[in-house]
Amino acid sequence: MISAAEALKDFQKITPKNIPLVEPFSKGHRACQGCGEVLALRMVAKAVGMDMIAVSATGCMEIISSPYPQTAWEVPWIHVAFENAAAVASGIEAGRKALIRKGRIKDDGAKVVAFAGDGATADIGIQALSGALERGHDFTYVCLDNEAYMNTGIQRSSSTPYGAMTTTSPPGPKSKGQMTWKKNMPMIAAAHNIPYVATASPAWHIDLMNKVKKAVTVPGPAYVHIYSPCPTGWRCGPETSIETARKVVQSRVFPLYEVIDGRFVLSRDIKKPIPVKDYLDTQRRFRHLGEKDIAYIQKRVDDDWDRLLSLVQATNPVAAE
Amino acid sequence: MGRRVGLEVSLACAEAVKLCNADVIAAYPITPQTHIVEHLSELVADGHLDAEFVPVESEHSAMSACVGSAAAGARTFTSTSSQGLALMHEILFIASSLRLPIVMAVANRSLSAPISIWNDHSDIMAERDIGWIQTFAENGQEVLDLTIHAFKVAEDSRVNLPVAVNLDGFILTHVIEPMEMPEQVEVDAYLPAYKPSQWLNPAKPISLGMVGMPEVYTEAKKANLEALEGSYPVIKEHWQGFAKAFGRSYQPIETYRSDDADTLFVTMGSLGETCMSAVDQMREDGRSVGQVRIRLWRPFPVDDFLAAIKGAKNLIVIDRALSPGVPAGPVATELRALLYAKGVKPFVANYVAGLGGRDVTRTDFAAMLEETERAAASGQAITCQMVGVKE
Amino acid sequence: MADEGMTPWKDLALGCAMPEPGSSRRFNTGDWRSRRRPITDREKCIKCGLCWIICPDMAYTPDPKAEGYYNWDGYYCKGCGICVEECPKQAISWQEEKEEDKYGPACGA
Repeated sequence: MISAAEALKDFQKITPKNIPLVEPFSKGHRACQGCGEVLALRMVAKAVGMDMIAVSATGCMEIISSPYPQTAWEVPWIHVAFENAAAVASGIEAGRKALIRKGRIKDDGAKVVAFAGDGATADIGIQALSGALERGHDFTYVCLDNEAYMNTGIQRSSSTPYGAMTTTSPPGPKSKGQMTWKKNMPMIAAAHNIPYVATASPAWHIDLMNKVKKAVTVPGPAYVHIYSPCPTGWRCGPETSIETARKVVQSRVFPLYEVIDGRFVLSRDIKKPIPVKDYLDTQRRFRHLGEKDIAYIQKRVDDDWDRLLSLVQATNPVAAE
Repeated sequence: MGRRVGLEVSLACAEAVKLCNADVIAAYPITPQTHIVEHLSELVADGHLDAEFVPVESEHSAMSACVGSAAAGARTFTSTSSQGLALMHEILFIASSLRLPIVMAVANRSLSAPISIWNDHSDIMAERDIGWIQTFAENGQEVLDLTIHAFKVAEDSRVNLPVAVNLDGFILTHVIEPMEMPEQVEVDAYLPAYKPSQWLNPAKPISLGMVGMPEVYTEAKKANLEALEGSYPVIKEHWQGFAKAFGRSYQPIETYRSDDADTLFVTMGSLGETCMSAVDQMREDGRSVGQVRIRLWRPFPVDDFLAAIKGAKNLIVIDRALSPGVPAGPVATELRALLYAKGVKPFVANYVAGLGGRDVTRTDFAAMLEETERAAASGQAITCQMVGVKE
Repeated sequence: MADEGMTPWKDLALGCAMPEPGSSRRFNTGDWRSRRRPITDREKCIKCGLCWIICPDMAYTPDPKAEGYYNWDGYYCKGCGICVEECPKQAISWQEEKEEDKYGPACGA
């Protein structure tokens, strides 16, 4: 199988001048006002195009897009259960592979894309994801991360950031909210040595769409982790989704990068980060945090950033001066 | 005509899948199913079967991958046992509700705890309501034949339902039996390539697995119920076709020396053959006894069963699983319910035997007959009796 | 018994599938707006297209009569305000909207 770098040699970038007009995800869906996740999904769908077979895990995006008889999917779509989007996608990919090889269907170049939330990815679905990545199926897995089990009522997930209020990590005299650090799913995906991993934010829509386009172009498994603001769960105004998605990157809380054939590539080098406090202040789910908590978060964010930079350095050949 | 082979039954099952030219096999190993999936990977690796073998990381993913594969329009097979079947549980309902023609061989094995790799029917009895067509094989030939028949029925556009073929773990899976292996050309004629009624096709997009509000759920379930009930004539039709193509005839319910019998044993699976041997012995001793074998478990062939037991005074229903708290075994409970609904009233004794791989011998059958005849004569019920429990 | 079913069971597609893609287009999510709608001042608009791409409900579509500008579709706009917030030239602002104007031709687009 050719490497990601090989496959991306003649990659045709999406630019502000040629954003695909196609909308494989249609209007009339039931997402909340200002939902950052459905916006991210829309962008992903536009980047992939109509040649897509979409698999959804149970979660917000599945629920809001498919209240029978109204489906927002303009492409073939299947939803099976909560923890198995990657397994279902594996089966579709294997089925198509066999059918094409045996001459029973034409190779129409359709891309198998799995959509799952952070719960379905980092928690209940991590096994199926790990298996699919390890087996090397040719598919793209998109994690739309709104940092909690939002669809069932804002309960914590392993992707919930430290200190965040959720309904199962409520702050109180005995607790600060979420007590563990956010599980690093992009790194876990990268540890499977798959050809392409990327993180993205809807505040940088061109970057997001290009990463998705690369992911579906590269043969083998690709993983794209998209930060998805949830005004309902994070307790912020519906109009702030893009602003929040911007600040999370500018504060280095959610770095934007790619891992191409194991090589770390920073998408945006945030040389002058805004204080994490400026990011945390945008959402009421962090309102209860005190100075010490914020200082702790700042330190961890800085450490994670430094670690990311050293990974970039370690995996890129030294440029000739 | 096929050729006569001596083959381990697991391998015969795999050979049947190969003859059916399956497209995708997604499976996770579990004793005593392992030889089935090992042989299938061998067949794929040797180029004898052109299929994608997906070595999934759990049974839940196995069934999930099967759902994906069948939805993509591919002929799909898997196999499991016991804990693996239990792990697939939530997806099994989805597979039938989404009307996907997956074929699964279940190497029946007891459910933990205690962990037991040996045979009984507790695994499949926990899955009665999954909406799948379910059959029970008694011997190696049946395993082979029922597997081929399973694909034919599942993929029929009048059916579109998954099929589970049950074979007793170890007792069948790990035993070498003489069988007639059909020729590829014969199977190809009986079972052409799968033409899905609907599939995930960008040229004709569908949404599968949507949210079913209260306003549609009932009707969706009705549709699936009708599909399962409606598969009965198709199942029989394809058994008739099988007889024409391969010379072996199958019925939903089989009988053995039952015509003039006062007492009938009712069995499922390989125990049936031991029972037949026991019936022969008891007949020699002058007892009025016969046997009924249930081959088609779901949809339950009510009329065939009633016809088979007509005239019998006593039924001895042998369960190979418990249904704790019910208070009888699963098969007996269902049979008693259908008999009551039809106003047919033989004396029904229920024995639970052969749990966790314990042998059920001809002596056991004789003892059951003895006890049942005595109880029936004295008006004492045998609601549910576990056989051979060491007190 | 109350007749609550939406479709006769025989009319359901196999596996309760929906063979009509994008059937959600029928649903009037614009009904969710409350008392205001976004309105674009085309004088200020620099035709950057950001409002179009960042709308979670695809309520903006390219204006076929005026290239580079976008038409607002009140049938779908939920009134989240992302476009108002993000327009680089503050060309989009809130306008009071009466309940009855949420429907029909007065809805725009």
